[in-house]
Amino acid sequence: MSDLTRMTATEIAGLVAGGGTSAVEVTQAHLDRIAAVDDRVNAFLHVDVEGALAAAREVDARRAAGERLGPLAGVPVAVKDVLTTKGVPTTVGSKILEGWRPPYDSTIVQRLRAAGTVMLGKTNMDEFAMGSSTEYSAYGPTHNPWDLSRIPGGSGGGSAAALAAYEAPLAIGSDTGGSIRQPGAVTGTVGAKPTYGGTSRYGLVAFSSSLDTPGPCARTVLDAALLHEVIGGHDPRDSTSIPQPVPDVVTAAKLGATGDLTGVKLGVVTEFAGEGGEPGVMAAFREAVDTLTKLGAEIVEVSCPHFTYALPAYYLIAPSECSSNLARFDGVRFGLRVGDDGNRSLEEVMSLTREAGFGPEVKRRIMIGTYALSSGYYDAYYGQAQKVRTLITRDFTAAFERVDALISPTTPFVAFPIGARTADPYQMYLADLFTIPTNLYGGPGISVPCGLSDGLPVGLQVMAPTMADDRMYRVAAALESAVGTFTPPAL
Amino acid sequence: MAAISREEVAHLARLSRLAVTEEELDTFAGQLDVILQAVAQVGEVAAADIPPTSHSVPLTNVLREDVVTPCLTPQEALSGAPDAEQQRFRVPRILDEDVAS
Repeated sequence: MSDLTRMTATEIAGLVAGGGTSAVEVTQAHLDRIAAVDDRVNAFLHVDVEGALAAAREVDARRAAGERLGPLAGVPVAVKDVLTTKGVPTTVGSKILEGWRPPYDSTIVQRLRAAGTVMLGKTNMDEFAMGSSTEYSAYGPTHNPWDLSRIPGGSGGGSAAALAAYEAPLAIGSDTGGSIRQPGAVTGTVGAKPTYGGTSRYGLVAFSSSLDTPGPCARTVLDAALLHEVIGGHDPRDSTSIPQPVPDVVTAAKLGATGDLTGVKLGVVTEFAGEGGEPGVMAAFREAVDTLTKLGAEIVEVSCPHFTYALPAYYLIAPSECSSNLARFDGVRFGLRVGDDGNRSLEEVMSLTREAGFGPEVKRRIMIGTYALSSGYYDAYYGQAQKVRTLITRDFTAAFERVDALISPTTPFVAFPIGARTADPYQMYLADLFTIPTNLYGGPGISVPCGLSDGLPVGLQVMAPTMADDRMYRVAAALESAVGTFTPPAL
Repeated sequence: MAAISREEVAHLARLSRLAVTEEELDTFAGQLDVILQAVAQVGEVAAADIPPTSHSVPLTNVLREDVVTPCLTPQEALSGAPDAEQQRFRVPRILDEDVAS
């Protein structure tokens, strides 16, 4: 039999459904692959061997009993450690939650289980999803399977690397400023950020609540769409969840795969087409634009003048929300408690706990947010950033009156060497230059591999209007049908 | 000119309940200065008459029927607590703080 770990989720599900293999065999093949390569990749913080095999046995039993299973039944999935998993460690890449076993499942994980997917384990990430390289994980960096000396992007570098290393065919990420799309781009995989409110935040450890969006990661656009359909849709437990059906992303991905984009009008964002990216990335992007033209798409240039200010606005809004959200890590209800000697006050213990439990980037963001929300600075920083957010939203709205979707490179640069940007935190922030506007607007965005630059993957980003997630899948699938998928060197 | 002084960073750390070290204060002061100078670019945008956006979706109160649904047991809710007593979270002393300060 061909290698199960090299198959797409679609192929695996078809094989399991047809009786050509079992969910247990598929799961074991991936567990074996993880055992063989993850000491070098470090994509996983926790591998749930027993839980995965038990879930796989259950899928096989249900199939044997004649039950009709969903389109992803029996397919393994890796879950970013930002989502709670009942009884399975959830650290968010932080020491402050080391050893915590949540008493409940997040909605996303509940839906994954109900769909018969098999959770392999929890993937590495920048602490509290704050970072662009997975180097800010308290448990060591994840290594890019394309070149183990390089970063796999972040914050969801573990999920993206698990896909590129064939440790999992599907993964879940969360995208606050690009944490699904940017790792997808630099690992040659597909990552989709759904419309904000299109996927539930219940059980997603909060970083920036007005931006956090869980979403699918895969090696093909169709696999990402199938996963999107499983996890998406209204959740009464999330008050910002949109009470509408999931856009028909699977049909759109299949339509796109025919390679015909006749009648589709795409806008190249002027502000991101110039000097924002390194030459190799821009060359691959321009080539992809030519390909989209050949597929029948009409390409126009669209100026979004306020996108230039998205990065500074984001690095005020997200830290402000984070400084408030992370107040819950106080050493009282869960996680670490340090310095409780019977004499120290609650406040002293809280300060010692947070000092010991949080890493440097989390501390920086909490302090930046505290600063931006202080009286005297509020209007100039947080208030002004919220106004810029309005202007960025208006840029999107105006653009979508002219075009069906916007395109840009996903990232300004390919995977950089581990350690190259940690000395200067602001240099790290630049990795999210092209992905952040979408988060501020709330619309969907997807990264699809479009080529290589010096042997490293480059991603193309498609941005669509709110609740028109299907459009980006169509464009991404069409490009994929023309350029194919990209395979890293053998590990 | 620096956007933020070492003393201001120390104040922010106190507000943030972070018992940072002297060495961290030195590092953070420089880094926060770079970050704050960069994000201050938002001030270049003429936005006096622009309404702020807090969320991309319109926020409304979401209500449900007042019916009992399953929830965590006290044991489950306390399962991750560093310290618990009599089905409650046990915390370090809080009453002497005013006297101490």
